[in-house]
Amino acid sequence: MPKEQNPSCMIVSYMLEFLEYGFMQRAFISGILIAMVCSIIGLYLVLRRMALIGDGLAHISFGGIAAGMFFGIYPLISALIFSILSVIGIQKLKKMKVYGDAAIAIMFSFGLSLGVILLSYSGGFNADLFSYLFGSILSVSQNDLYLISILAIGVLSFVFLFYKELFYITFDEEGAKVSGINVERFNTALLILCAIAIVISLRVVGVLLVASFIAIPASTALLFRSSFKNSIIFSAVIAISSIIIGLSASYYLDLAAGGAVVFTLVLVFALSLIYKNLLKK
Amino acid sequence: MQLGAKDLKNTIAEMENVSFKYGDTLVLDSVFLKIEKGDFLGIIGPNGSGKTTLLKLFLGILKPDKGKVKLFGKNIEKFKEWDKIAYIPQKATNFDQNFPATVFEIVSMGRFPKLGAFKNLDKHDLKKIEHSLNLVGLLEKKDEFIGSLSGGQQQRVFIAKALCQEPELIFLDEPTTGVDSNSQKNFYEILKKLNKELKITLVLVSHDVSAASEQINKLACVNQKVIFHDLKKDKKHHLLCNYAKGTKSILHDSELYA
Repeated sequence: MPKEQNPSCMIVSYMLEFLEYGFMQRAFISGILIAMVCSIIGLYLVLRRMALIGDGLAHISFGGIAAGMFFGIYPLISALIFSILSVIGIQKLKKMKVYGDAAIAIMFSFGLSLGVILLSYSGGFNADLFSYLFGSILSVSQNDLYLISILAIGVLSFVFLFYKELFYITFDEEGAKVSGINVERFNTALLILCAIAIVISLRVVGVLLVASFIAIPASTALLFRSSFKNSIIFSAVIAISSIIIGLSASYYLDLAAGGAVVFTLVLVFALSLIYKNLLKK
Repeated sequence: MQLGAKDLKNTIAEMENVSFKYGDTLVLDSVFLKIEKGDFLGIIGPNGSGKTTLLKLFLGILKPDKGKVKLFGKNIEKFKEWDKIAYIPQKATNFDQNFPATVFEIVSMGRFPKLGAFKNLDKHDLKKIEHSLNLVGLLEKKDEFIGSLSGGQQQRVFIAKALCQEPELIFLDEPTTGVDSNSQKNFYEILKKLNKELKITLVLVSHDVSAASEQINKLACVNQKVIFHDLKKDKKHHLLCNYAKGTKSILHDSELYA
């Protein structure tokens, strides 16, 4: 927390503190990357009525984190492996005629229950696990940042390279299939991208709130009925601004990062909704 | 009916003894159907008769339980040139009206099969897209939000999307559902242009093809079985051909569509 100073210098000194602290720089860089990845993947998922899969995957990854801590593996890696395997599991269950949302519920119950069992073995909740649940700006290590950056760039490159295919499938799955696109493969890929997006967000936003990054920026962008390209850009801009505002608030007011960031997202959504309805009148 | 070499070359889509079941329900039973280059085939039948199923079998969305589907002379499993075929689905104008896309973006999807992976639209593609929009009279609407267009205009957007793919064959499934009669007329005028001037083969599924009756040259009546009429040839003769292939036939008033 900042020391007592002459009020006129307060803001400036806050700004300087931002730049001085390594943990803050890491939180901001990873935050911006996460915001871009989640909001863009989120747009595809929201448009396909799959916004809540983010929540399912977050619960699954919780099991992965607990497993990582239990076995002494880097928790983000174990969460990543865990949630990607679950995505494949969900797709397999769907093929066996289990309804899509039920398949997600089954996998996430599995992940969560496994997490709880492992936790009870290892003596319950500790501070580190707590930070994975609610997110913390203090917790992003250099290694986390490397992993987050590599994965985020991977996801963004995929979306950029397969923009056409993802756009077509999002608009009209059947039409995309007829035009020769391997829809099933892309659907699995999209869910894997979502799993990656969730896992890299766990550090900053936390298990319980990460799904909001999938659902809210995209929903806000969609209020403005623009082109697909602009909606993607808009969704990302909303997410990035919210993370900057939220992380700053978290730093100044000593709030849990996940809460501050997501509260900002909801606020931006609410203001956009009001603005849009005023425009109509 | 005898098949000459020319016939074989002209046949661009064909079903041989195709049957299809949804679960235990037989939807299509031993269907023989042939679509030739330049045809305008109308497919009629009551609701639930298997019209859309027939179309989805041609498009590879469904796989037959029995029989063969061929496209451009190839078995459908081996067929790769999907850019030759465009599809305007029943729900074309029944999509999410809030979907974030401009008219241009929707039409541009028609170019995607031509582009292949990793390639983006270039100048040539942009020209094709604008040309297609011009053909359906919607060029000035290209930057508008798709959901803000009327049903009839949206329909034309989907034709433009199909057109800019430069297909040889277009399948249309109940394309005028929920469109006012004026727009319907306009729509069929455009179809006529595609068939007569651009020489695109059309397959139109509808529970009522009377609006397109002037343009249609062949008619398939679907109700589990398919009865096929070549409206240009002697009707009696053709019905006999169908009998010869083992298709049971119910006589009905084809005069209506001739």
